[in-house]
Amino acid sequence: MIEINNLNKKFQNNIVLNDLAIKIEAGESAVVIGQSGTGKSVMLKCLLGLIKPDSGSVKINNKEIYDKNLKYLKKNKPKIGMLFQGGALFDSLPIWKNVGFTSLQNKVSEKICKIKAVQTLEKVGLGSEISDLFPSEISGGMQKRVALARAIFPEPNIIFFDEPTTGLDPISADVINKLILERVKDLGATALTITHDMASARTIASKVYMLHQGKIIWNGNVNELGKTDNKFILQFIKGESNGPIKLHNN
Amino acid sequence: MNIYQKEWNNRLMKILFNTGSSVLRFFQETGRLFIFILNTLKAIFSRWYMKNIFTQLISIGYLSLPVVALTSFFTGGALAIQIYYGGNQFNSEIIVSSIVALGITRELGPVLGGIVVAGRVSAAIAAELGTMKVTEQIDALKTLSTDPFEYLVFPRVIAGIIALPILVGFADIIGIMGGWLVGVQSLGFNGTTYLQNTEIFLDSSDIFSGLIKASVFGFIITIMGCYHGFNSEGGAQGVGKSTMNAVVSSSILILATNYIMTNLLFVS
Repeated sequence: MIEINNLNKKFQNNIVLNDLAIKIEAGESAVVIGQSGTGKSVMLKCLLGLIKPDSGSVKINNKEIYDKNLKYLKKNKPKIGMLFQGGALFDSLPIWKNVGFTSLQNKVSEKICKIKAVQTLEKVGLGSEISDLFPSEISGGMQKRVALARAIFPEPNIIFFDEPTTGLDPISADVINKLILERVKDLGATALTITHDMASARTIASKVYMLHQGKIIWNGNVNELGKTDNKFILQFIKGESNGPIKLHNN
Repeated sequence: MNIYQKEWNNRLMKILFNTGSSVLRFFQETGRLFIFILNTLKAIFSRWYMKNIFTQLISIGYLSLPVVALTSFFTGGALAIQIYYGGNQFNSEIIVSSIVALGITRELGPVLGGIVVAGRVSAAIAAELGTMKVTEQIDALKTLSTDPFEYLVFPRVIAGIIALPILVGFADIIGIMGGWLVGVQSLGFNGTTYLQNTEIFLDSSDIFSGLIKASVFGFIITIMGCYHGFNSEGGAQGVGKSTMNAVVSSSILILATNYIMTNLLFVS
């Protein structure tokens, strides 16, 4: 379970998160949609402890992850998997070491780690023949799948996906969406995805949240997306330049 | 107040504003660097990634050897010629050998070696870590429960501290040999006498002072490379800027620290 309350973050005079509140139940696959620059990535980075919020509270599995002075509490950090927008694979390590990175750091033998890494690669539709290659030697779609394998390798109970389909062709994007759906169900994990790809949102989400100017302005089940008369949602879904969402907020 | 006075006041305010913001930026940057160094030192008491340290020793030390050796060899040779032709040629065999040996071990070995390694290593570290920063690889490390200071920064810094004295040790030997070769081949010195004079005039403290300097330079080179890499922003341009800043700042700091250390080691 993820619970965010009154989360605020600003960079100089630019307010990015404005009293953000969101509650994601355990086992839910939540998708946060919104225009570029509305604070989706900042929200995710606050959840991961990569960016310190200015104020507010973040609870993961009923445990506060920031103390009163907003210091990140590592001891309360649950097992989290994270798929970065660009993959963020370590280019100095071969694929299998990227996937099994956490086990290697915990001094698990390389032999055992490689076997498990290859098994995880198979779960995302990649063969063992790529395990010894380096990230620069495989395609962008394959890199995303390797990044997904790295995210699910430690069998986390919470997984974050940052724009999982950005930069991929529609077919590769669909493969990634379906893999995310399958793997999240497999692990029984709580998933939080941020995207502005509506096809991705419709495939992955059980619940959708719309973020605008640092606040959640709409939320509902994925099947409510097509029924709502919310002007922000309608403009976003249709991809129209005219409407309440102004481009200058980018 | 007439229009000229107003313009003068505006200009003065602009100068004061620019000076003030530059001073503030300087202190801000110094504070950030200080915190960065503290975080690196904290890593001493955490996990040591021996494989990473070894890889960095090879990259910083072994792979820098050819460029340091060449620099030192030609510097030793040039120094011998300068001393011979620039000074009194009477009794020059003693003077040339002693000044080459002292110059190389005390100053030129560590300083030139340091600057050459700064150009090679500091730039490489800043570019590598800068790319890791802008492609979110450093964030990925954190999400995989690995402290980037323990995994990336500390291995580079400790490798720099260890590798630089070893490199400078080689640079000292090769620089002296460069002077010897020029002395024997071009200036007509007796090879054995030259080496005997070198041995007589060279004290172990001369060598060790150079090696101590080299260790400090190793720290400066690696910490500046890591610091600027970690603070890279934007894309390729940001990485390029941090690479340039790493080389410039480490070179200036090497020269400034060399002056301070020379005062501490030799004047007192």
